[in-house]
Amino acid sequence: MKALLKHRELILVAAIAVLIGLISLRFPAFIAPRNMVRVFDDTSILAILALGQMLVILTRCIDLSMAANLALCGMVMAMLNAAFPGIPMPLLLAVGISLGAGLGAINGLLVWKLDIPSIVVTLGTMTIFRGSIFLLSSGQWVNAHQMSDAFKALPRAVMLGLPVSSWIAIAVIGLFVLLMSRTPLGRSFYAVGVNPTASVYTGIDVGRTRFFAFTIAGAVAGLAGYLWVARYAVAYVDIAGGFELQIIAACVIGGISIAGGIGTVGGAVLGALFLGVVNNALPVINVSPFAQMAISGAVIVIAVIFNARNERKKGRIILKKAEKAEVAP
Amino acid sequence: MSLVKSLIATTALTAAMFSFAAPAQAQTRIALLVKSLGNGFFEAAARGAEEAAAELGDVEIIYTGPTEPTAEAQIEVINALIAQQVDAIAISANDPDAVVPALQRAMDRGITVISWDSGVAPEGRAMHLNPSSNELIGNTIIRLAADHLPEGGEVAILSATATATNQNIWIEEARKVLPEYEGIDLVAVVYGDDLSDKSYREAQGLMQTYPNLDAIIAPTTVGIVAAAQAVTDAGKIGEINVTGLALPSEMAGHIHSGASQSFAIWNPIDLGYSAAYIAHALATGEATANEGDIIGIGRVGEVMIGENGEAAMSDPFTYDASNVDEFAEIF
Repeated sequence: MKALLKHRELILVAAIAVLIGLISLRFPAFIAPRNMVRVFDDTSILAILALGQMLVILTRCIDLSMAANLALCGMVMAMLNAAFPGIPMPLLLAVGISLGAGLGAINGLLVWKLDIPSIVVTLGTMTIFRGSIFLLSSGQWVNAHQMSDAFKALPRAVMLGLPVSSWIAIAVIGLFVLLMSRTPLGRSFYAVGVNPTASVYTGIDVGRTRFFAFTIAGAVAGLAGYLWVARYAVAYVDIAGGFELQIIAACVIGGISIAGGIGTVGGAVLGALFLGVVNNALPVINVSPFAQMAISGAVIVIAVIFNARNERKKGRIILKKAEKAEVAP
Repeated sequence: MSLVKSLIATTALTAAMFSFAAPAQAQTRIALLVKSLGNGFFEAAARGAEEAAAELGDVEIIYTGPTEPTAEAQIEVINALIAQQVDAIAISANDPDAVVPALQRAMDRGITVISWDSGVAPEGRAMHLNPSSNELIGNTIIRLAADHLPEGGEVAILSATATATNQNIWIEEARKVLPEYEGIDLVAVVYGDDLSDKSYREAQGLMQTYPNLDAIIAPTTVGIVAAAQAVTDAGKIGEINVTGLALPSEMAGHIHSGASQSFAIWNPIDLGYSAAYIAHALATGEATANEGDIIGIGRVGEVMIGENGEAAMSDPFTYDASNVDEFAEIF
């Protein structure tokens, strides 16, 4: 039992199952397979972003600029699409993802080369990115009728019963599993988070590892920017405003330690799914909007308390003899 | 610095005035002073003012404004207009208080000052023309849904945040007029917080919770666009009509797809038209702007001056497939 409880992923799966069960007591249609697909699809953007954030948090940093990065990339792609509807989708996506990676790399460079705490760097770049959107668009919206049909249709196209946006999320999850378990870079994210000093002695460049974490986080934000803008068929300065907190919340619920070094791909995805289920359930179970905020907040706090308990390290006994000597008399 | 600038501007304009003299003094010269030039909304208002001028006959419209939307820049323009000795200034202000001293100076020189669209504090103008009133908006959003439901039906409101003052007042007014619309049943009010993702989910939630829903009313632009997209994605175009308040440029696509039959917002042309009519009536002494006074505004009807010298023009203007493209170019 204790061994089971140690597997946070299993606990989360159980928690999500219980949650879905409780919701369907109140609103039976929630558990219908079609609705489950819809909830998963709705959560795909959050899951992708949570994976990017996971890398950053693993290296003892945090990226507050992801939602602003998403918005900037989304706006650039929407504006490009509106101005040149002929650009093929793969090229447009490549532009968005590279732009996102570039913006993430700026964060990474500032953290790496100037050694500024990441919370300060990304707090700054967050507002810079938002400001840039305003400068680019002069506050104008890019609306549904200005976007090409191909641009809007891609994430909605259904393949093998799932929309493409869900398949993109699944592909990203697959890539992250490979990255984390099969590549030296993936392992170094953990090493840097667990013990940066020791990492240096094993030949891992801590700053460089963090740089890559920010760059990858930026790239997924760019990808998510496209999915967001195409899904809601609108781009304006404030899209995904405040979403950075949802991303971090998904990571925390998924058991990724804010102190760095602890966390799994499965955890991040399940954390996002948990929030996705809550977000999609609140509108149908008929609770007041004020209670909704309190519920979302309470869920996060409970998850953090849970984490803190699990991660508490027992004091390590270094001198067995001394301990015995103390106990003996 | 600002003083020097305004002095230069004033001197330059005064000089210009002297050199060109003023053969058109018999006319009423109305300055339509906007927040900033180059904004489609205000260009449309100027078109309306020109239309009013053509109907009134002896009116010249001076469409002017600063290049950047700041109160300082607007004050310079006001000073220049005082120097030009215009008969009336109709202003959409960048700041309700900062422009008051300059406008008071204008009124001291006998210039009629009214504000429209974006108001000025009562001491800085004779009256303020609001595009609409809370009562009219509350009624309009229900009527928009009811127009397409001759047999009645279930409607739901998707608002901004639960604490948004404007939306809450409009919803309250909407509830008051509900009994006048027979068969229209307001089943829920939900809040999308003016976030695309939350509004979209709330719209999906409405469709799931109320399978017989006929219309979603969103008196907020983020909400109406998100709801229209949610209805489109759910394949319920034709079953559920999304309506509410939005700008034509934002809704043109959803009007053409059929997700929305119609929506409403003020019409800038009518607003400029009415402002010109009122400015003319007050400047020529045909009307006064005391509480309870009624001023005719041509084809739009008439306005009654209410509390604080404020008046409401009309119901918000309804946009549908027949006119949305024309206005989408404007704002």
